[in-house]
Amino acid sequence: MKLHLLSALAAFCLLAPPAFAAPPSDAEIIRILNRVAFGPTAADVARVKEIGIDRYIAEQLNPQSISEPPELTRKLAALDTLKLDPIQLFQQYGPLRAMGGVKPTPDEQTARRQQARVIVQEAQDARVLRALYSRRQLEEVMVQFWFNHFNVFAQKGLDRVWVGAYERDAIRPHALGNFRDLLLATAKSPAMLFYLDNWQNSAPGSRLPGGREAGINENYAREIMELHTLGADGGYSQADVISLAHMLTGWGFARPRQIPPDRSGFLFDPARHDFSPKTFLGRTIQPSGEAEGIEAIDMLARSPATARHIAFELAQYFVADEPPQPLVDRLAARFSQTDGDITAMLRTLFESPEFRDGTGEKYKTPYRFVLSAARAAGLEVANPRPLMGMMARLGMPLYGCPTPDGYKTTEAAWLSPEATTQRVSFATAIGGGHLPIAALQPADMMASPAVPVADKPELAPVDAAALETLLAPVLSARTRAVIDESPPPLRAALVLGSPDFMRE
Amino acid sequence: MNRRDFLAFSAATFATPAWAATAEGEAGRLVVVMLRGAVDGLNVVVPYGDQAYYDLRPTIAIAKPGGEDGALALDGHFGLHPALAGLMPLWQAKQLAFIHASGSPDPTRSHFDAQLFVENGTPGRRTTEDGWMNRLLAVLPGPHGPTDALAVGPVLPFILKGRLAVANLPLGAAATQKQAIDRPEVASAFDKLYAGTDAQSVAYHDGRVARTELTADMADSEHQMADAGAPPANSYPAIAGRLARLIGQDRRIRLAFTALGGWDTHVNQGNHKGQLANRLKPLGDGLATLARDLGRNWDDTIVVVISEFGRTARENGNAGTDHGHGNVMWVAGSKVLGGKIYGDWPGLATAQLHEGRDLAVTTDYRAVIATITGRHLRLGDNQLAQIFPGAPSARANLADLVQI
Repeated sequence: MKLHLLSALAAFCLLAPPAFAAPPSDAEIIRILNRVAFGPTAADVARVKEIGIDRYIAEQLNPQSISEPPELTRKLAALDTLKLDPIQLFQQYGPLRAMGGVKPTPDEQTARRQQARVIVQEAQDARVLRALYSRRQLEEVMVQFWFNHFNVFAQKGLDRVWVGAYERDAIRPHALGNFRDLLLATAKSPAMLFYLDNWQNSAPGSRLPGGREAGINENYAREIMELHTLGADGGYSQADVISLAHMLTGWGFARPRQIPPDRSGFLFDPARHDFSPKTFLGRTIQPSGEAEGIEAIDMLARSPATARHIAFELAQYFVADEPPQPLVDRLAARFSQTDGDITAMLRTLFESPEFRDGTGEKYKTPYRFVLSAARAAGLEVANPRPLMGMMARLGMPLYGCPTPDGYKTTEAAWLSPEATTQRVSFATAIGGGHLPIAALQPADMMASPAVPVADKPELAPVDAAALETLLAPVLSARTRAVIDESPPPLRAALVLGSPDFMRE
Repeated sequence: MNRRDFLAFSAATFATPAWAATAEGEAGRLVVVMLRGAVDGLNVVVPYGDQAYYDLRPTIAIAKPGGEDGALALDGHFGLHPALAGLMPLWQAKQLAFIHASGSPDPTRSHFDAQLFVENGTPGRRTTEDGWMNRLLAVLPGPHGPTDALAVGPVLPFILKGRLAVANLPLGAAATQKQAIDRPEVASAFDKLYAGTDAQSVAYHDGRVARTELTADMADSEHQMADAGAPPANSYPAIAGRLARLIGQDRRIRLAFTALGGWDTHVNQGNHKGQLANRLKPLGDGLATLARDLGRNWDDTIVVVISEFGRTARENGNAGTDHGHGNVMWVAGSKVLGGKIYGDWPGLATAQLHEGRDLAVTTDYRAVIATITGRHLRLGDNQLAQIFPGAPSARANLADLVQI
């Protein structure tokens, strides 16, 4: 808290608003909190009113300056698997190995896989609890953005043991950092190496540690260009895909019998690297082993096509499904000027009239809808699994996107007849206090995909009057009229299930 | 439409849909199954007569028919993956055909662009605003209701996006569960909130109609499907069974779409068994279930299975396959002149491969769909041109595919 006050003071000195600035309207504050945070809470609205939008954003851009609620820190500390490094996770939860010449039975391997489910559950718990209660809301927003941009699928093989470590080690430290560092961290992460198969990508004729003959695998080389950096129109050819695959041969992770150079789990295997010269994006690449992959990542991170691609995605995420081209151009220029400084890009974005004037309107993704409803209602969530169940039911399971493009963030992707009736039903469950979020279930219970419609409320119903007061500035007159003439027990549900609340 | 009109309209439609009777007895229903992730068509319909196939695939090839675990003979040149044995009765009844070396003419090897080009019906053009199945719905005789077209799943796929209302419904366990919106007092309160003509109100209204119409009889379904966490393809038999029941209850469902994932087999795809086999089996069994459970409705249904592109002819360094080009389309139905492989087989010699690595595309997927919809749904050239603007005209070698 002390740190918090000091930094607020520092921010005040640096960014004292002009004396004539009008205080922001309530609607403006809510709009900002819908984008920079996962929607408004009563406390956040009060805080922004107190310090103003500019200082709130400046704080959020410097998350280290913000202290976290002790209750959140305590809850996160209880999640044990989040303390394990990738090598420990592999050893303690990966497939069983033969011991003394005795192979584990299929039943033993199945039991082992079931034990490993706790990892994904704890990663999900951590993600949702932080999104709900962290004061570093922008950091959580950007963790979600970058995880989705560099998506891995928790149900693919070994990613079931690594998904939490991936977010912790590769995504979170760079969420507001430098794009090239983020790209490299994902490229070297065991989770990505497994997910897009590069751990098997090998010089033709070489052998994997198990002795099996191996060769080129194009999967990661294609997706790092198409999805992570240049974009599908980024000007690369099939020959570049093949060259990059050759440059990345030997990039893998440490197996239990290998001695890793550090605890990250990454291991470069020179015996599987193709040391022949290559041409990549018009440049001759001298054979240099692991450094070839680093060189490729530097080239990709500095490409103007990457700047445009990332600028478009950020503008689409924060402003509008069809983001204004001048804004995209300015963000791309900022990316290039700063060599991929994510905070600098976000500052440009948040200062832009396109963002501040609120001309763009977004339809909430299932993730944002569920989180913002729980935050607005002020729910005290001990068990976040019903929230994850709802995300899954709306088609956006957490860590559950199987394809490397991640989830879309547009209205066209998410607005559907089924989604609308589901959202309305979920809002009714929250409003009535029917969501079983009060007590944490045993960790080995799977997230229920169902929204229970219990007859007996779990919690006290949500205070409709407080909710209406909080969200009134963004509810249309018609919505308010309908709510006011509806039965009082349904009013909180109607606020959270209103078409106005689906937008941000 | 003002609110009062809307409420009156809702009351009427929820009670007796105006369009309910008109579709009854009309011919023609199209079920599309899309295999997202690019299924390896060369291991689905195996060109065992080409020695090059075995040279290109030393570890993942399917053995010739006759031997143990070999392909199931279709004709003298092609065989079916043995995991698809469940489809052989349809083949023998001449109700199943394949169009080999078919696909999108666009050469992209991006899953996401290629899927878009299969769904928007305009290969190479990303900006098309609607999907071809929605345009198809628009040229079918009306009046149209929100349950004319059904997507299985929680989100609307691009292929069905567009001007006309369509329903989407998860056919897993979630579909059978009561929701708060099923309680009349909740519904009537929300009906007033979503009484506009904006996109959300329209979606809400369509969702209410779909729930009322499609889930009424499913609440006590004896089939409980455990699909959470399973590879999507594994749940297909249960989905197919549900779809058949829905069509049985709501014969006005003219178009249905299901997407199944899990086909992107870059590593260890297996041969007669393994990853690909494990996904093909439930798909084949599910299609057989659909044919069986549709009963008399099978007579006016055609099923098409399509994927965004094929995979490399040569296996890669990890006993898998990378992104390729040409693939095989599957067509089933009692009006299909099946038991036959359609298309022009380009061969697998290096010079015959697309860019020296992939099966070539000799039949545009749009020609296949146009042939099927033209004959089965009785559409003229003008209507087909609305569904697939600028597409090449249907090929003569597909002329026998569907009987009128």
